[in-house]
Amino acid sequence: MTVGTKERVAAGIGENAPRPDGVAKLSGNFAYGSDLWIDGMLWGATLRSPYAHARLVELDITPAVVMSGVRAVLTQDDVPGRPTFGQVEPDQPVLCDGVARYWGEPVAIVAADDQETARAAVEAIIVEWEPLPPVTDPDQARAAGETYRDMVIRRGDADAAGSVVIEGEYETAIQDQAPLGPEAGLAIPDGSGGVDLHVTSQWIHIDHAQIIASLGMEPDDVRCHPVGIGGAFGAREDISLHIHVAMLALRTGRPVRIVYDRTESFAGHVKRHPARMRYRHEADDEGRLVKVTVDMVLDGGAYAHTSHAVLANASFFTVGPYKCDNVFVDAAVSRTNNPPAGAMRGFGAVQVCFAYESQMDRLAEVLGLHPLEVRRRNALGPGDPLATSGQIVEGSLPTLRVIDELESIPMPDAAIPDDPRRLPGGTGLTTPKDAVVRGVGFALGLKNLAFSEAFDDFSEVLLILTPAGLEIHTAAIEVGQGLVTICEQIARTVLGIEAVAWLSADTSQIGSAGSTSASRQTQMTGGAVYEAAVGLRDKILQQFGGDELTNDGVYDRGELVATLDAVTADGPIEQWVRYRHPPTEEPDEFGQGNPHAGFVVAAHRAVVDVDPELGLVRVVQIDTAQDVGKALNPQAIVGQLEGGIAQGVGFAIMEELIVEDGVILNPTFTDYLIPTLLDMPDVGSRLIEEPAHWGPFGAKGIGESPTISSTPAVVAAIRAATGRPLNRVPVRPQDIAGV
Amino acid sequence: MNVSMTVNNTSYEREVEPRTLLVDFLRDHLGLTGTNIGCDTSQCGACTVHIDGAAVKSCTVLAAQADGASITTIEGLSINGELHPMQRAFTEKHALQCGFCTPGMIMTSVKLVESFPDPTEQQIRHGLEGNLCRCTGYQNIVTAVEEGARLTEAHSPFESTPAEHQITLREAERRAWERSRT
Repeated sequence: MTVGTKERVAAGIGENAPRPDGVAKLSGNFAYGSDLWIDGMLWGATLRSPYAHARLVELDITPAVVMSGVRAVLTQDDVPGRPTFGQVEPDQPVLCDGVARYWGEPVAIVAADDQETARAAVEAIIVEWEPLPPVTDPDQARAAGETYRDMVIRRGDADAAGSVVIEGEYETAIQDQAPLGPEAGLAIPDGSGGVDLHVTSQWIHIDHAQIIASLGMEPDDVRCHPVGIGGAFGAREDISLHIHVAMLALRTGRPVRIVYDRTESFAGHVKRHPARMRYRHEADDEGRLVKVTVDMVLDGGAYAHTSHAVLANASFFTVGPYKCDNVFVDAAVSRTNNPPAGAMRGFGAVQVCFAYESQMDRLAEVLGLHPLEVRRRNALGPGDPLATSGQIVEGSLPTLRVIDELESIPMPDAAIPDDPRRLPGGTGLTTPKDAVVRGVGFALGLKNLAFSEAFDDFSEVLLILTPAGLEIHTAAIEVGQGLVTICEQIARTVLGIEAVAWLSADTSQIGSAGSTSASRQTQMTGGAVYEAAVGLRDKILQQFGGDELTNDGVYDRGELVATLDAVTADGPIEQWVRYRHPPTEEPDEFGQGNPHAGFVVAAHRAVVDVDPELGLVRVVQIDTAQDVGKALNPQAIVGQLEGGIAQGVGFAIMEELIVEDGVILNPTFTDYLIPTLLDMPDVGSRLIEEPAHWGPFGAKGIGESPTISSTPAVVAAIRAATGRPLNRVPVRPQDIAGV
Repeated sequence: MNVSMTVNNTSYEREVEPRTLLVDFLRDHLGLTGTNIGCDTSQCGACTVHIDGAAVKSCTVLAAQADGASITTIEGLSINGELHPMQRAFTEKHALQCGFCTPGMIMTSVKLVESFPDPTEQQIRHGLEGNLCRCTGYQNIVTAVEEGARLTEAHSPFESTPAEHQITLREAERRAWERSRT
């Protein structure tokens, strides 16, 4: 019997383990959806509505059908099964049902021998529209009863009143996720009536359910496979080309590929809901909140998608991470002819954070308090009821600590820089240094973790231990955030085995892992890996009479009793888990109850330089203190914080889809601006570990937090520099210049 | 029409439509899908490759224009299976998440540090502003390019040439870079 030297397994939790897909990605060997190729495949293309609202008077596909190289031209009449789809409510036609309800709505699809022919065939289709007046005002739609959901929150005493009253109206515009990788799919008929669909997604099982319904096929006949994802941020939570590409493959009996170009991508995925929010905060003389009254409308656009859940989030987080006993919210998400809205990072919590943090700043100003002091006085913590639902906060919620830690981060050099690249407007040399005014702003943000409101939220994982190491089989989608790294780290730490491989499974091989959204996968699929690994370890230790598992094998009181080869001598050892987080409840008709599984809080401080006359802004530095529960991979967390902040900075000062009469006017990266290296400031991060949470090792999901409060922090800093009210994001030059 | 070019040290000759973009030629005709298409309008830089030693967005060039050229794509950057120092720096500094921008980011960075062997943060930010990333917030990309410059210096192809000559080559590259920026 050998006595081995036991060492802590390398690349376990807490370490900056490298991405297992990193080398493939930086060598050009990683297969994104847009890279998929199979010999003999056809190319698909889509005819779209040029109007936001129009009746289809004539649709004649004959000129396309007769073109050489065209293999199929399909319309709504060709949808084999349910003619509509939708994640929550199947209300969107797979192809136009006679009325187009948003700009870019798919009308017909074509498969042809090559991309040029497919696009030419789309152009050849004869289509005549009768334009109808588009509904573009969400307030009007709400007044007409055209809503996807209405929320009412009634908590506390309606007659409660504070001595200080702050009223404000706020507006947020439409933000696009703008992932760099376009929507893409390759459908391959299996020769026996079924189809394999390789498609960009955040949740292949929810796609699968919608696809089989519209194809009218049995679950086993359609297999959805994960593919490499070039960013997601919510854009891939709803279906885009999935059903179309499968229909074309099944009709032609040949593989079909569709890849959207950038403009199609802008038309083809849901957006962040634009919002109008009317707030009234009442506080006592000390700045403690007495009552918050809110009326808000989100614009859900033409179809439902996840509007129900987005509105719930906006409503429940309408006060933020603050205590208040009397809260009254009336909220609605409207049906209009604007671009359909759905999931984007922060999911309803972003819009209200801009409003409530603007209110908190005004409250501080009226009372002569530091912005962080008024937040300290109201900070929500464990044991407190959430202001809206009354749910008692369990586990960790370090609101006060994120404030303290944020303040501990050093400020940037107070001098305005000489380098023109660091001035507002950059090397355009529009801003002289002495015109620059500096401002500092703060914001906190609160978000729920994983799915809420009694949703049966779970993730399935199958672990298989072989002589070569451990395999993790899951349908969870890696979108870039680093889930593959985290899950491997969790498995290594629990099992003591270093050789771990992530193997993506398709919908026929394993059950759902749930969505890669809602800051949930580190906790949910990470939690499933944790639970399965513990089960696997205990099973092996019991079978081989040991007390520890390592890379070498099973040890008993320091002695190796079975090598890994011996452990797996009778074949691989498997452990399957369906992991659920603590159950949540449907709130009552007044929004009261326990709808959430947990909370995460973050704080941001922004330092900006502004040219008040030209309305130009340069963000100098953003710092953040983030509640992480437990830092499983600090480097990956900081990467998420910095990336999320970039999107928050974008939403604060540049990112807006311009929509006129329902038509997107800037669906390209020429006109829809996202931050470049020169726009992004230095970022300082503090991670706060308070692991009293149900996630693996106490970890919380942090994917969304950085986009929630970074935006209001930037706006607060611009207000501090300029004194302008700035009740809308993104802040435009004219808002700052006051013209 | 017929085009021939050297891509990653291999000669290719292909029949293409005159309108074929270089990026489509590389991806669809040669199967080199490491060069990504992110925007179609030359904003994002995901399709950056080296054409005769210059970093170029391959969606702005026709395959016909690259006839006779020597091209390096991300797949050709590693030598004998060993990662280029810039690739090593990107993985060590966690400079990628989804990775879609990474090939273009690395191809631009390799040329940037040839012009600026010891780049300042502002030189890196300015030099890479034509490459968009939606995931990282760029912080780790800046750190990786700094590290990549250090590692590249340690593996300088000019190691065996006289110091004066090195400076001359670098000066020429730097001037070319500056010209390309104006």
